[in-house]
Amino acid sequence: MATTTPDYRQGSFRLSMLIYDSRYRAITIQIVFLMLLMAGFAWLVDNTIQNLRALGKDFSYRFLWQSAGYDINQTLIAYNSTMSHARAMVVGLLNTILVAVMACALATVLGVLAGVLRLSNNWIVARLMTIYVELFRNIPTVLWILIFFSVMAISMPEPRAFRGEAATASMLVFDSVAITNRGVYIPEPVFDRSLGDLDLRYFKVSVDLLAIIAALIASSWASGRIVARANRIQEETGIRPATWWLRLAVWVLPVAALLSALGFHLVKPVLPETGIPNFQGGIHMRNSLIALWLALSVYTGAFIAEVVRAGILAVNRGQTEAAVSLGLRPTLTMRLVILPQALRVIIPPMISQYLNITKNSSLAIAVGYMDLRATLGGITINQTGRELEAMLLMMLIYLALSLTISSLMNVYNARVKLKER
Amino acid sequence: MSEAFFRTEMLPQQPPPLRETGAVKWVRENLISSWLNAILTAVSLYVVVVLLAWIVPWFWNSVWIADSLSHCREILAGRSGGCFAVITERWLQLLFGAYPPALYWRPIAAFVLLFVALAPMLFTGLPRRMLWFSAAYPFLGYWLIWGGTPWFAVTAALGFVVAGIAYRAFETRGGAVPLIAAAAAAIVWWVFLAGAARGALDAALPVGIEFVRSDRLGGFLISMIIGVSGIALSLPIGILLALGRRSDMPIVKMSCVIIIEFIRGVPLITLLFTASLLLNYFLPPGTNFDLILRVIIMVTIFSAAYIAEVIRGGLASLPRGQFEAADSLGLDYWRAMRLIILPQALKVSIPGIVNTFIGLFKDTTLVVFIGLLDPLNLANAIRADQKWNGIYWEIYIFIGALFFAFCFAISRYSMYLERRLKTDHR
Amino acid sequence: MTHKILLGALAAAAILGAGAAQAQTLNDVKNRGNLRCGTNTGLAGFAFPDANNVWQGFDVAYCRAIAAAVLGDPMKVDFVPLTSQTRFTALAAGEVDVLVRNTTWTFVRDVDLKFTFAAVNYYDGQGFMVRKDLGVSSAKELDGAKVCIETGTTTELNLADFFRSNGMSYDPVPIETNAAAQQQYLAGACDVYTTDVSGLAATRASFADPQNHVILPEVVSKEPLGPLVRHGDDQWADIVRWVSNALVAAEELGITSANIGELKANGHPNPEVNRLLGREGDLGAMLGLDANWAVRAISAAGNYGEIFATNIGEGTPIGLARGLNALWTQGGLQYTPPFR
Repeated sequence: MATTTPDYRQGSFRLSMLIYDSRYRAITIQIVFLMLLMAGFAWLVDNTIQNLRALGKDFSYRFLWQSAGYDINQTLIAYNSTMSHARAMVVGLLNTILVAVMACALATVLGVLAGVLRLSNNWIVARLMTIYVELFRNIPTVLWILIFFSVMAISMPEPRAFRGEAATASMLVFDSVAITNRGVYIPEPVFDRSLGDLDLRYFKVSVDLLAIIAALIASSWASGRIVARANRIQEETGIRPATWWLRLAVWVLPVAALLSALGFHLVKPVLPETGIPNFQGGIHMRNSLIALWLALSVYTGAFIAEVVRAGILAVNRGQTEAAVSLGLRPTLTMRLVILPQALRVIIPPMISQYLNITKNSSLAIAVGYMDLRATLGGITINQTGRELEAMLLMMLIYLALSLTISSLMNVYNARVKLKER
Repeated sequence: MSEAFFRTEMLPQQPPPLRETGAVKWVRENLISSWLNAILTAVSLYVVVVLLAWIVPWFWNSVWIADSLSHCREILAGRSGGCFAVITERWLQLLFGAYPPALYWRPIAAFVLLFVALAPMLFTGLPRRMLWFSAAYPFLGYWLIWGGTPWFAVTAALGFVVAGIAYRAFETRGGAVPLIAAAAAAIVWWVFLAGAARGALDAALPVGIEFVRSDRLGGFLISMIIGVSGIALSLPIGILLALGRRSDMPIVKMSCVIIIEFIRGVPLITLLFTASLLLNYFLPPGTNFDLILRVIIMVTIFSAAYIAEVIRGGLASLPRGQFEAADSLGLDYWRAMRLIILPQALKVSIPGIVNTFIGLFKDTTLVVFIGLLDPLNLANAIRADQKWNGIYWEIYIFIGALFFAFCFAISRYSMYLERRLKTDHR
Repeated sequence: MTHKILLGALAAAAILGAGAAQAQTLNDVKNRGNLRCGTNTGLAGFAFPDANNVWQGFDVAYCRAIAAAVLGDPMKVDFVPLTSQTRFTALAAGEVDVLVRNTTWTFVRDVDLKFTFAAVNYYDGQGFMVRKDLGVSSAKELDGAKVCIETGTTTELNLADFFRSNGMSYDPVPIETNAAAQQQYLAGACDVYTTDVSGLAATRASFADPQNHVILPEVVSKEPLGPLVRHGDDQWADIVRWVSNALVAAEELGITSANIGELKANGHPNPEVNRLLGREGDLGAMLGLDANWAVRAISAAGNYGEIFATNIGEGTPIGLARGLNALWTQGGLQYTPPFR
């Protein structure tokens, strides 16, 4: 076929085409951009090398395997001051994760409660919740952490107040929980016929815990089977057999049997009658943990309340009316119609709130909670003078933590998201 | 038929039943409409009463004039009460840090002018010419707070004027050429000419106001400086990052995604420690910045990532037709962005930007951990004075109240803005 | 080169000092016109800003003496408040010319972190404070106690060593600042508060009921505190060292801020006084300063004894006894090499 249109693809390549030809321009820009970026990066690295040389330092992570020399008061895995900085770092990381998980859970509860109650038609409750939300949202987190810390230390009774004839304070919940100004003591679960620990060289895992988790997984699978069977029967006969008692039994019985076989019981904290008045036994939740946990929870809870309120308000009123006209009861309306739609709006901002909690847990510095920043980014830096290495490592760990949380939550988000077919 | 069967006049209006009017009706509907509600009401009332019984006497008894905490305790003589005398004595310090008292008018003027500068961006009704003042404000504000010779700020600002002229000169060329020309002209000005120009101006017109060193800055002044400059400087970077993230070019896109996600993934406090501990490693040997400047740099980078996400949201909310319309007009990328896309996207993003600012302003309290004398650190410093050793709540309340007033006011404004923008869009 | 100029322009946007650790600190300070002194963000008696934002305290007086000697004006000091976490980096990076922040002289800090400790201005040691009603009279009885400590300091390591070597257990409550640690201790959130004895005394003095608290007799560590500078600038280290020595020598020789003017004008039979005050010899010139350097340093806040007495001595609320910090002639450790 004869054509007069010149075929540009066959034309000879000229250098100016790199700029003027839109086919090549994007590539040119990207290469220039990449070169600039790499040059900038190389410049930073070069400066760092020069500065390190001027200070007579090197770049090495060997310090991580030196003995740490300091003690940590809250350790989820075995630790003492003769162990390495790396071990101290892991202890700190676990503490960070612990407080973040606890705060996420409590903030969700508080936030959902406050968000729903703020929409309540009870005037005084709605106003109180508005005050809660506005007060906590508009004052810096650090200040809240400090305030909660001070409240815990100043307003709670001292352990000595629990002692003697004229005790002015008493323990709660059948003498099993003690709230003192040194933290909260709660009962500790103990297994008399423990299966021991699984030694994984760097840390130990309680076999009891593994057994319980295994039992729960088995229960979950069995419960799923029961529901599937009920569904099948409903499909075939139109009658759904009652399953709740079967499922309850499947969930409770195996775990209960396992616990009694392991000799499970709770050890209450007790105050020795003589000596330094400190509670012995039980789990000790220190003031720093409590203050950080509560402050992060109520602060973030205020934001979550707004997220939840916006989510519920975003569901069209017609949806409720339609559900009612279908004859659904209010609980079912909430569960089957409103919530699934509200969740779609709620989940994405919720993810960023959870991320905020994790990142804000680094404010532990204000109360001396021994988190990752306090161990690796605090005492270790101070003792070894390796600020460059330790800070970079700490940032990478926080980054990994954030990315893990957001990807987990994104998986969940993808499940509740509106399926566009 | 007798007319007597018909009523000829209207019956007078009856008042509604007692339980359907006034306070009674209000209480019935709003407080005790159901058992659950009644219980909630009772619990809430109890909480309110307990809190008030605790707080009111404390405030009522509080001492406002005393020399020291022990003097306060003497005056209170065992009653529960606050010792706000510390605020009476130190409130100026908490607001301005060590700023020379004779020069307090300068930060105050900078603060007031900040609102004048923001007005044309926030209220569309104002004359567009005021935007010139907004553009000049960063330099004016800098000069007001630090003082010294005005020529540094002027020559720095002239860099932007030079850039503007270069942009105009190359405006007819398409693509990124005018932008590159503007950037090059500005850099040439700053690096090679600004110093000379400044020297010449200094020699010709040696005027100036008293110079105030950075270490004199403290208290809320430092929070404002870090917060405002962090947001202002991060806007252009945030816009570029957002555009980069939406770019078709994979390398540009990937780089922007990595930068944004890295910064959003680490706590601000690690970035602040980077500013105080590490930044000196990354810069050429011998350079040494003021800590406040380093903090502003890191805070800017931090908020740029968040601003980028806000603006990305704004860009995503624009209908595809806007992009297609810009293309069909034959506009190149930068013109399309500058004339059509960004004005709309930025407008939608304003509430988000304001919210980012509130968050950033609250987060400026984190500088306490690297030793800047922000309000929280001043609270420590005040306690180090023997007179006020052991005072906590009064200072916390004062600081909290100031932050609350400021953030609450801005958040209300942001909500108003959100509502207004929503109606504009429908 | 270009990037350096650009950055230089950027950096000029605020105060800056050339931070290279080479032998030019004196020139930097003179060109800048003020001394950058790293201090505590607020520690009673040692460094804190008063209501007029003027820094006060024992460490502050040292900064003022150095500034007076070098620049001729004790007020020409740029105080840089540093946390225990940021202090060493700030000094290493040249953000401060000298760090006077009750910092303990240790091997690692001197050798590995590469700092020069110019002098010891306060001999301290770590001690324990408990409430009287705890019924403890020795630190050896503290098994199982909760201990409040300021984190990021040598006290953490001393504490771990002490309890480990005595086979006792303890529960550390790490706190970021002295003020917060004090609050925790006072509220009874810990049984024991441990820090340097000077700090304990200062803290105890500020309590409403000091008589109900005791400082236990054990001193578990040596804490020589003093001003420090970077390695690599011996001239500057000498200046800081000899300004400190001049303050001690002044007390030894009976030179006070009150009589220094007269001694300077009329001289003194003891030639060392005359050398110190620049009437004889040229000690100032050897340091790179003028002849009146020591006169100004001593006039700034008085001699060592005066500085001690005004800021932390027994006449102040802090009420520290001289103890180890008395002159060697009075049974203490403060001793200066001769000025000759």
